[in-house]
Amino acid sequence: MIVIVDYGAGNVGNVARALRYLGLDWQIASTPANMPHDVELILLPGVGAFAPAAKKLEESGWRDSIIEWTRSGHPLLGICLGMQLLCECSFEDDPTPGLGLIKGKVSKLDIRPLPHMGWNDIRWLRPISPLQKAAPDGSAFYFVHSFALPVGEDAAAETSVQNVTFSSIVAKGNIIGFQFHPERSGPVGLRLLQRTIQLLERKGGA
Amino acid sequence: MLMRRIIPCLDVKDGRVVKGIHFKSLRDAGDPAELASIYMDEGADELTFLDISASLEGVRTRHQWVQSVAERLFVPFTVGGGISSADEARELIALGADKISINTKAVAEPELITKCARLLGSQAVVVAIDAKRRPSGGWEVYVKGGTEPTGLDVVAWASAAVSKGCGEILLTSMDRDGTTAGYDCELLEAVCSTVEVPVIASGGAGEIAHFAEALRAGASAVLAASVFHFGKFSIRQVKEALAKEGFPMRL
Repeated sequence: MIVIVDYGAGNVGNVARALRYLGLDWQIASTPANMPHDVELILLPGVGAFAPAAKKLEESGWRDSIIEWTRSGHPLLGICLGMQLLCECSFEDDPTPGLGLIKGKVSKLDIRPLPHMGWNDIRWLRPISPLQKAAPDGSAFYFVHSFALPVGEDAAAETSVQNVTFSSIVAKGNIIGFQFHPERSGPVGLRLLQRTIQLLERKGGA
Repeated sequence: MLMRRIIPCLDVKDGRVVKGIHFKSLRDAGDPAELASIYMDEGADELTFLDISASLEGVRTRHQWVQSVAERLFVPFTVGGGISSADEARELIALGADKISINTKAVAEPELITKCARLLGSQAVVVAIDAKRRPSGGWEVYVKGGTEPTGLDVVAWASAAVSKGCGEILLTSMDRDGTTAGYDCELLEAVCSTVEVPVIASGGAGEIAHFAEALRAGASAVLAASVFHFGKFSIRQVKEALAKEGFPMRL
């Protein structure tokens, strides 16, 4: 069972539809108290601005629950803003702390025009074998964002636009994050999403 | 590197795709969701649906088909046609559309662009412009499905629309639309060199070479309808040809 965190920041619908299409069991939960007992994976989606999203995570109790969940070895997948929220902090608006699960600070992309929107390709830096098989170097995914995490120690893959290179996949233990939207990235995106969930659920069970 | 995009456009009337579409594998040529998923499998980078329903009843069916498209389409899609308020736009996004496109109403009420951008983010707001050459030079903006001249200059309107907050311009040449004579590259160059946001070229595709011409003129994406619907060539053939010419494409 996958829990999609609905903390009021953005559209959980697209992620839910992709999971349904893949035949996976999922449930949307607005507070940690609503989590079903058989959760194997927490999925943190999100679009929009970092600061209000971080605040909503805090107020809804998700912040503490997610940190506790990952500390006890359980798997977590973050998508787009959901990935950025895993980082130490973001410089969107005023510097705002994130969950601190992934190393690095999210900053504004120095490109024109913003947002970085459209299909862009990835290059693996630290390949995760089953995921690299689903999406080898050069695979393209759909991005929509104005802020990004620079390439740091938790970057598993990178993407470049104009003269800027940023982390497009992060991975650390039982945590994986995508800056792009696998649920909007066609057949390759769906395949990557499926493999990632399989991989994370195996890790959670181990 | 950011890829150039190929976008098939589907006209929908009263919940059904109109203009003949010829795929052997198609069970129901009028079902927007079935066509959408075939185009996704063919390599469409994005889809645009233009609702040409004239009646209120026809527009009411929009919720149903947008929802069923969203269940099966896992690439971004835009819905346009008769959107007249930010609430309507928000509703379409909530149903699963990635972007909305506004045309006539944006000209009548440019503030609508700003309202939509504030509510949904500029990346979700496309302004569609129907452009017709003026005998004296330049291009004029037409509205109401290309039936009504506005007196507005296309380049000036495109740049006003961007300053109001739209994230993308869908630029249709009325002179070329339906002619298969190729995109209006002068029009594209004029708009692309003025605005910073991506411009989608539309109107006139007839040959694979036309797509490269539009990209060379500065378009970020190229939209076409009949050449794909009638199977003159496939999306994959276009993308492979463009990749050979050195354009970054998602293959």
